[in-house]
Amino acid sequence: MAEGSGSKLLVSKIREGTVIDHIPAGRALVVLRLLNPPGDARVAIVMNAESRKLGRKDIVKVEGVILSPEQTAAVALVAPKATINIIRDYVVVEKRKASPPTVVEGILRCTNPTCITRKPGEPVKPRFKLVKEEPVTLQCTYCGTIITQEEVVNQLYG
Amino acid sequence: MGWLGRDVISVLDFSREDLEALFSEADRARRGELAGALEGYIVALAFFEPSTRTRMSFESAAKRLGAETIGFTSEEATSVAKGESLHDTVKMLDSYADAIVIRHRFEGAATYAAEVAEHPVINGGDGRSRHPTQAFLDLYTVRDLFGSPEGLVYTILGDLRYARTAASLMEALTIYRPRKLYLVSPQLLRPRREHLDLLERSGVPFEVLGDVEEVIGETDVLYVVRVQKERFPDPQEYERVKGSYRVTPELLEKAKPTLKVLHPLPRVDEIDPRVDSTPHAAYFHQASLGVPLRMALLKLILKG
Repeated sequence: MAEGSGSKLLVSKIREGTVIDHIPAGRALVVLRLLNPPGDARVAIVMNAESRKLGRKDIVKVEGVILSPEQTAAVALVAPKATINIIRDYVVVEKRKASPPTVVEGILRCTNPTCITRKPGEPVKPRFKLVKEEPVTLQCTYCGTIITQEEVVNQLYG
Repeated sequence: MGWLGRDVISVLDFSREDLEALFSEADRARRGELAGALEGYIVALAFFEPSTRTRMSFESAAKRLGAETIGFTSEEATSVAKGESLHDTVKMLDSYADAIVIRHRFEGAATYAAEVAEHPVINGGDGRSRHPTQAFLDLYTVRDLFGSPEGLVYTILGDLRYARTAASLMEALTIYRPRKLYLVSPQLLRPRREHLDLLERSGVPFEVLGDVEEVIGETDVLYVVRVQKERFPDPQEYERVKGSYRVTPELLEKAKPTLKVLHPLPRVDEIDPRVDSTPHAAYFHQASLGVPLRMALLKLILKG
């Protein structure tokens, strides 16, 4: 699956699951964390593979996990150019293009410590609107704080 | 779109037509035409944070319109001190009043209150975030002094990082077409990223700088805000910037004779009291317009 020169890295095909391609180099582990596969799932990660589109890219293959639309949206926050392939019976049955959601609810927390969503005991979920797709830039619906791509990655990885 | 039944959370929710309608209504209030317009209504004033002008001018506005007010002026006097959530306090007020004016130290509190309440919610200041009714008042004052807020050179001086009044004025100026906007502050108190982004997107010609002397000569409206001591996460940072800017008669000697100084008040030491007696001082006039402006707002929201 790794494109490129000379020696090839071989990863066996999966029977049922998800392959996420075109992840920006270095973000495979964040993506894997978002997928949260069960402990016994077979997982293959390729990092820093050569890519015509991205220069370098990461790839994640997870057996037994079919991405939900919510997970697809979350993946798009850290890998806006990702291609998500859903595999059934060794065949790609669906190819989805990652597309960051226009509203992000619950996944991230506002970085502003005095945002109402950070007030202890308040039954309010953090919510952000997408203000820019590339690099992903979000804005808190409540306090207006801007969340950068880097902060999104840090939070989802942290 | 009109004002009836609307929440007032951010200036950016309103169009220029909305603002013009508000200002005309405020003119009517000043002519005494709105007296008794809200008889039988109840306005809740939920001030979780201290306030003098905003709370009292809302209270005075409601009373001049013939409405009753209920509310509180600090968290200590409410169930919040017993640990009640904002959600629950707002739910309760919503069932007691026709509109809720809220001030809170958490940013986004008014947005959240508006989601919880059925009745209109008016943001009377949420943390360092927004203070839309002050911005309406600022524009109304400029309109009163110059005929229109448009085509003027504005200089906002002071704590542009934490002052919600400065933030809301920057937002408000994107609705009009200022000739130029100068944002002057010590390095530590530069405007937040979301405001610089907004100004860039809106096409308002603006410049960020550190010394007001450079631009005083071309300024029409000098808007001064105090250093917001209560919003500094680190008290040492406050110590480093307090008293770092001051408007004096000597500075104003370099200004146009028509320059007006505005300030949302309270002031600490950023405007020399000697400025009060110069023709430039307009901040007390600005404060006096708070009642008719808020009368107009309450009337438009509750009765259209």
